[in-house]
Amino acid sequence: MTIKQLSIFIENKSGTLIRVLDLLSKANIQIIASTIADTKDYGIFRVLCDQPTQAYLLLRENGINVQLADVLALSIDDTPGQAADAVKSLSSEGVGILYMYSFLWKGKGVLVMRADPSEKAKEIITIKKIGFLTEADFR
Amino acid sequence: MSKFPVPDNSCEFFDQEHESMTREQIEALQVERLKETIARCMKNPIYKQRFEEAGITPDSITSVADVRKLPFTTKQDLRENYPFGLACVPLKECVRLHSSSGTTGNPTVILHTQNDLDEWANQVARNLWMVGLRPDDVFQNSSGYGMFTGGLGFQYGAERLGMLTVPAAAGNSLRQIKFIRDFGTTALHAVPSYVTRLYEVMQEQGVDPRKDTQLKVLAIGAEPHSEEQRKRIENMLGVKAYNSFGMSEMCGPGVGFECKEQNGLHFWEDYYIVEIVDPETLEPVPDGEIGELILTSICREAMPLIRYRTRDLTRVLGRTCPCGRNHIRIDRMRGRSDDMIVLRGVNIFPIQIEKILMQFPELASNYLITLTSDADNDNMLVEVELEELFTDDFPRLLDLEKRIRRALKDEILLTPHIKLVPKGTLPVSEGKAVRVVDKRKVYQ
Repeated sequence: MTIKQLSIFIENKSGTLIRVLDLLSKANIQIIASTIADTKDYGIFRVLCDQPTQAYLLLRENGINVQLADVLALSIDDTPGQAADAVKSLSSEGVGILYMYSFLWKGKGVLVMRADPSEKAKEIITIKKIGFLTEADFR
Repeated sequence: MSKFPVPDNSCEFFDQEHESMTREQIEALQVERLKETIARCMKNPIYKQRFEEAGITPDSITSVADVRKLPFTTKQDLRENYPFGLACVPLKECVRLHSSSGTTGNPTVILHTQNDLDEWANQVARNLWMVGLRPDDVFQNSSGYGMFTGGLGFQYGAERLGMLTVPAAAGNSLRQIKFIRDFGTTALHAVPSYVTRLYEVMQEQGVDPRKDTQLKVLAIGAEPHSEEQRKRIENMLGVKAYNSFGMSEMCGPGVGFECKEQNGLHFWEDYYIVEIVDPETLEPVPDGEIGELILTSICREAMPLIRYRTRDLTRVLGRTCPCGRNHIRIDRMRGRSDDMIVLRGVNIFPIQIEKILMQFPELASNYLITLTSDADNDNMLVEVELEELFTDDFPRLLDLEKRIRRALKDEILLTPHIKLVPKGTLPVSEGKAVRVVDKRKVYQ
């Protein structure tokens, strides 16, 4: 149910992001969605792409601090209230969200999140029949 | 009648006989005292062996320059012979022990006889008298007490001079300010960074040091500071601030102090033989050139140290002074010949920081320590590379920073700012890695 996301540790300094993007682009890896969260000193660049494992190995080989994180990608209708409903389904059962970002994919809204506890989130998604995407959807 | 008479208030000198000696008189006394010191050291098996190997007896000394025939002593010698191996008198004759903050390996221990303590107090009293303090002054010592010599050293010296002495110790700024106001404190001893802190708190409390206090003299030392920092302190508080030099190996504070000319610190040559040498060749450098300060204590009984390598870099400014004292004038310390960091009065070796960082499996081995000074404080930034991105949660990264900060605080007694950086981003120099970047203005 989960998909692999690249989490890349980057310094809060100009030029650091382009290094990562260049490596991915030269390997012909397609970015589907991305987000950056930052503190004063550093940031985490989170990336969904078409070949996460290859990208992970490539970045590692180049000495970049990278982690493969398991995230959920919920698929919802692109109408008001859908995101609220999805998040409510989880939080009402005591599932927390560590971070979340969203994008549009083939006319549907996608909520990418790391939920905690993750197993509980999966259970709820199954029971409540919430739509989700898998890695195959992005290949 | 006291064993240590205090002169009339009008006298410029606390110890006129020794302070106003001519150069010839100073050197003659140094030769005499160095011979006595060598004889005393011969009672210690380690010194005895070293002197015998170098063919030294007290009679080898006929001029001050002959001190160069003697072998150097280092901090390592003190560590290897911890705790009492370099004592030159039986322990039963010792009455006090001080120990350095050094946490790399064994600490260093310094022993004192009653005479050593008396002479130490005399030196401190001499310094404070020199800058105009008299028995009717009130002296507040805002320095750490305990093993740190800045506490008891100034306490006994200020009492010897005859001042009402307040052992306020370090910290608790509100209380310090209350004491300054309630007791009519006219003179204060503290590390320079703490003085600026006190001023900040005075401002927050609406206290105007010029109107609301009677402060006039500050003794500042134990951490490097620039001339600009001194001027700032003087302007902030409306006082005269005098640079103090001390080291526990020699006794503590009192070894050197600025006179009212504020043009170098008088090092008391009736107590010490001062040399400045090239730290590589160990050969003397001419006056005015920077080199390593070497001190021989020629007045101490329990633990005299022969040609002790202080690792402090400085230079000779002159050997006469308009104040009437012909004791050598030494410039403020310009840096270190080893990698020791002196920050807010605390001595730190990079290896201590490295040792802690290496306990965290999340961290890579490359790190960089940057020292900066903003207007009022010296700060330490420790940048360290992340070995693996073990999480993509910010709270867990912040928690790692917090744990590093705490572990370092326990080791070096200061709280540095921690910055995690991606692997491979810190500069790696050829051969020996650059671990410390000192951007403070002090050494410029």
